[in-house]
Amino acid sequence: MSAVAELELQAMVLLRLGDRRFAILANQIAELVAPSRIHKFPHRTPLVEGVILRRGRIVPICEIAERLLGKRTSSRRFYLIVNRRYETHAEWVALPVTGECELIRAEITAASESDAPHVAGWISHDGEVIEVLELKALTSEQQVLPPPQTPFLVEASL
Amino acid sequence: MSLAARTKPQTLKSEQIILFRVGGNLFAVSSASVQEVRSVDSLAGAAAEIKDSGVRKVRHVLQRDDKTLFVVNGTMHFGLPLTPGTLIFILRQTRTALLIDGIEKMGSMTRLQALPLAFQHEERHWYRGLTALDQSVVPVVNPEGFLTAEELVLLEQSLSLRSAAARETRTQGGQPQ
Repeated sequence: MSAVAELELQAMVLLRLGDRRFAILANQIAELVAPSRIHKFPHRTPLVEGVILRRGRIVPICEIAERLLGKRTSSRRFYLIVNRRYETHAEWVALPVTGECELIRAEITAASESDAPHVAGWISHDGEVIEVLELKALTSEQQVLPPPQTPFLVEASL
Repeated sequence: MSLAARTKPQTLKSEQIILFRVGGNLFAVSSASVQEVRSVDSLAGAAAEIKDSGVRKVRHVLQRDDKTLFVVNGTMHFGLPLTPGTLIFILRQTRTALLIDGIEKMGSMTRLQALPLAFQHEERHWYRGLTALDQSVVPVVNPEGFLTAEELVLLEQSLSLRSAAARETRTQGGQPQ
């Protein structure tokens, strides 16, 4: 591989969600942690399932399966904690994943206008074409319907 | 990027809080925000009904000194299953009297973390932030977050109409037959 080609490869974490795999740029990942107690309290943001305590921080869990797979998934193997950039700063957000994660290097093909907003690009890996996720779109509500009248929540659970 | 600076929890010397339950959920409020705690029974005679204001979570008003307070049903505010409220917090420097299930305990918090930005709706107004107590995460309510400016306008309008109707009734009642 030439030096030029090598420069175009980017480190990414492959995550599994149901029977699909997705990629996130490795520099957006804070850590991968085992599932822990989810704390829930009343709120009206459908995308947020609850929060976990991690290293003294309270980290929201964003349920991304519904957006990516079209259905929620109750099983989870890990939380992938990502650095989600907001306008002025970044915060940790936990993304539930259902299988092993893998660190790879791959070349990204840019997303086209017809791609969903949560698609930052595409990679080809192991004969599979995989979406590279755009965290900002994935963890904001621009893509979903207005909040329901009936609010969320309720009990704390393990 | 100012990640470290912004996500570092706000450090407090120590703030006294009251942990209370609404609809089976635990919340915290700063003790300094609570002017008075009364049982529902003790206020039964002092509360007046307020109807058709358009603010469903407020069904009663209380007169305290020269102020009219709106009794906010905590379960309806948070969208929780209705439970019979037993206590009322009269919140300092607000027009809110909050109907709650009961007080869990008094305590103190030393750290208050801002509500993560992933939360994008009314909860940003409801809570000052989150605190971790005994390995649990408890939302710390914002005393000013129970009634929006729009809701206060609706409630004031309803009060005015009620007063006008009462005056009219008195006037009609006082006219000679």
